[in-house]
Amino acid sequence: MSGIPHDHYEPGTRFEKWLHARLPIVALAYDTIMIPTPKNLNWWWIWGIVLAFTLVLQIVTGIVLVMHYTPHVDLAFASIEHIMRNVNGGHMLRYVHANGASLFFLAVYIHMFRGLFYGSYKAPREVTWIIGMLIYLAMMATGFLGYVLPWGQMSFWGATVITGLFGAIPFIGDAIQTWLLGGPAVDNATLNRFFSLHYLLPFVIAALVAVHIWAFHTTGNSNPTGVEVRRGSKEEAKKDTLPFWPYFVIKDLFALAVVLLVFFAVVGFMPNYLGHPDNYIEANPLVTPAHIVPEWYYLPFYAILRAFTSDVWAVQLASFITGGIVDAKFFGVLAMFGAILVMVFTPWLDTSKVRSGQNRPMFKWWFRLLVIDFIVLTWVGARDTNFPHDWISLIGATYWFAYFLIILPLLGIMEKPKTPPKTIEDDFNAHYPEASGSAAE
Amino acid sequence: MIRKLTLTAIAAMALMAGGANAAGGGDTHIEDIAFSFEGPFGKYDQAQLQRGLKVFVEVCQSCHGLKYVPLRTLADPGGPGYTEDEVRAFAAENFEIYDPELDDWREAKPSDHFPAVTGEGMGPDLSLMAKARAGFHGPYGTGINQLFRGIGGAEYIASFLMGFTGEEDEVAGQYLYENTAFDGGWVSMAPQLDDGLIDYDDGHPNDAQNLAEDVAAFLMWTAEPKMMARKQAGFVAVTLLVLLSALLYLTNKKLWYPVKHGGKQAKL
Ligand code: HEC
Repeated sequence: MSGIPHDHYEPGTRFEKWLHARLPIVALAYDTIMIPTPKNLNWWWIWGIVLAFTLVLQIVTGIVLVMHYTPHVDLAFASIEHIMRNVNGGHMLRYVHANGASLFFLAVYIHMFRGLFYGSYKAPREVTWIIGMLIYLAMMATGFLGYVLPWGQMSFWGATVITGLFGAIPFIGDAIQTWLLGGPAVDNATLNRFFSLHYLLPFVIAALVAVHIWAFHTTGNSNPTGVEVRRGSKEEAKKDTLPFWPYFVIKDLFALAVVLLVFFAVVGFMPNYLGHPDNYIEANPLVTPAHIVPEWYYLPFYAILRAFTSDVWAVQLASFITGGIVDAKFFGVLAMFGAILVMVFTPWLDTSKVRSGQNRPMFKWWFRLLVIDFIVLTWVGARDTNFPHDWISLIGATYWFAYFLIILPLLGIMEKPKTPPKTIEDDFNAHYPEASGSAAE
Repeated sequence: MIRKLTLTAIAAMALMAGGANAAGGGDTHIEDIAFSFEGPFGKYDQAQLQRGLKVFVEVCQSCHGLKYVPLRTLADPGGPGYTEDEVRAFAAENFEIYDPELDDWREAKPSDHFPAVTGEGMGPDLSLMAKARAGFHGPYGTGINQLFRGIGGAEYIASFLMGFTGEEDEVAGQYLYENTAFDGGWVSMAPQLDDGLIDYDDGHPNDAQNLAEDVAAFLMWTAEPKMMARKQAGFVAVTLLVLLSALLYLTNKKLWYPVKHGGKQAKL
């Protein structure tokens, strides 16, 4: 399966041979778990395992929660209270699941920025990157759908606002919104279909994750230097890599244990910290909350959505050119989805010949600015839209697009990159002078 | 590197919270009260919950329901800590429930919930009020206080009960009372608590501030009855994960030692 030469599974016992001739499933598992992995991977490479674990955690806790939950506008809120008060361990299950979503997004954002810094999206890993973006989109949808299920005030009004975004699409928007909601407004039909899809999508994510892993097991992992593993022979490859088991499994498990330590401290001691108090008020279509704030993980894109008001010249221009079809609201929606779409195209927008940000002196600074931009957008996404927040969102949104559409393409041409180490082995030995046996004595 | 990761995680958390809880607030005043149940080690004060229950039944119950709270949970561990017999007597004494099967009213049983209270002039259900409001947002609106001391719903309730300025107004036939904690400043609930309004069985001081804090603590319990169990589970999980992390750290170190030291084994 992998392009890096390595030892393959040989069926030993008679049963193994029998099975292997019929279904090479042990070979598949063996090749997956023993995949040669660049030995210089640093700690930013642990988030994949955290993500895989979190997906399983969410599916398992979710399946149990569903056993006690009732998707009906009159009963949903009460059924959550039933889980919190009467179901054995129900309060822990629910808090783990709710905070698990936050862990999932925290991990995916770090994972994505890891990829953006080390150029993991570049050839030959574009497909891995794109599938990753699909996973991210599916996660956004799943998180949103799930937040509606407790049927609190934020559930209801969040659903109203977000589906309203689709309503901003010219001509067909209203029809789409009605179709999504199953009626003219958020109601029982909405809750039921959201529940159904919230249960379905995680399995779609699981399938995408399998393909994601398949893709990067075909190309091999990227690594901090951006230099590829040597593939001339098994011996050569062995100098650059170590088998995933046990070296990276143990390393990743250690990291996972530390992450979970923080996670369970949050669940045990401050489970409502990331939530919104209004969601402990049952949904009421007649009372609009003072501030409708999405979950934290949507805030950067929510900020971009709100940044483009009708007094921004770009919006006025778009409106003028299209004869008013693209109004501020629709422009905002386009910007929000565009902000994600530009990420999908990163492999082709980045023109640099050098893969890793480590070897790109100018890129490093623009990238850091992008991280800060992301954090600022998250912050401003939860504020009101008065001065200076409107300006901060607009500048933040502009930089986001500028990074992907202008800076990345230009940098590749303008920047003079450093020469990366020749091989992964060299890089590793530079970190650990005693690693090459000769230097040790 | 690990330090970097932890810092990232903490920074991210602080940030999200700033985001999540920024809404609300405004120019209202919420007093920061040192409740016994704050922080990872905080516990409910059983005597305080019992006093709060008394305030609730004698004062608030006439206008507010607790429809999500089963009476039997008054005997659950980590709560006001009544015995089952006491709960049975309490239920029968205080509440009449309409039973559709009997088509008649009957005394409440522990399996019943606190009654829901609805109708003209009645207030919102208070079962979850302590989680449906936030307290302090500081410092500088970052909400970091809430990380350590909880979201502050109990603070809100106590501040609300004590926040009446004495000013009254009549708008379209409805009386409104000025309140420094209430969003908007004017609320349709009249001031309820006075010094000495209720005599506590345990002889605890009963000025209005005490009554307010006690009923607020009780309402925190109605909103989060499993808080003590949750914190305990948190401790067990964190302790086990500290151990597991330590073991995995050592395993990882030993495993990689030969790779990083030219094939020499670690002396562990
Ligand atoms: C005479 C009836 C009455 C009594 C007694 C009463 N309340 Fe209220 N309460 C109300 C009404 C009405 C409202 C709704 C106020 C509004 O939204 O304007 C209210 C609202 C509240 C709120 C919500 C404030 C908010 O932020 O929306 C809380 C908390 C509260 N009451 C607590 C209590 C407590 C605790 C007691 C007992 C000490 C109590 N009330 C006794 C009528 C009453």
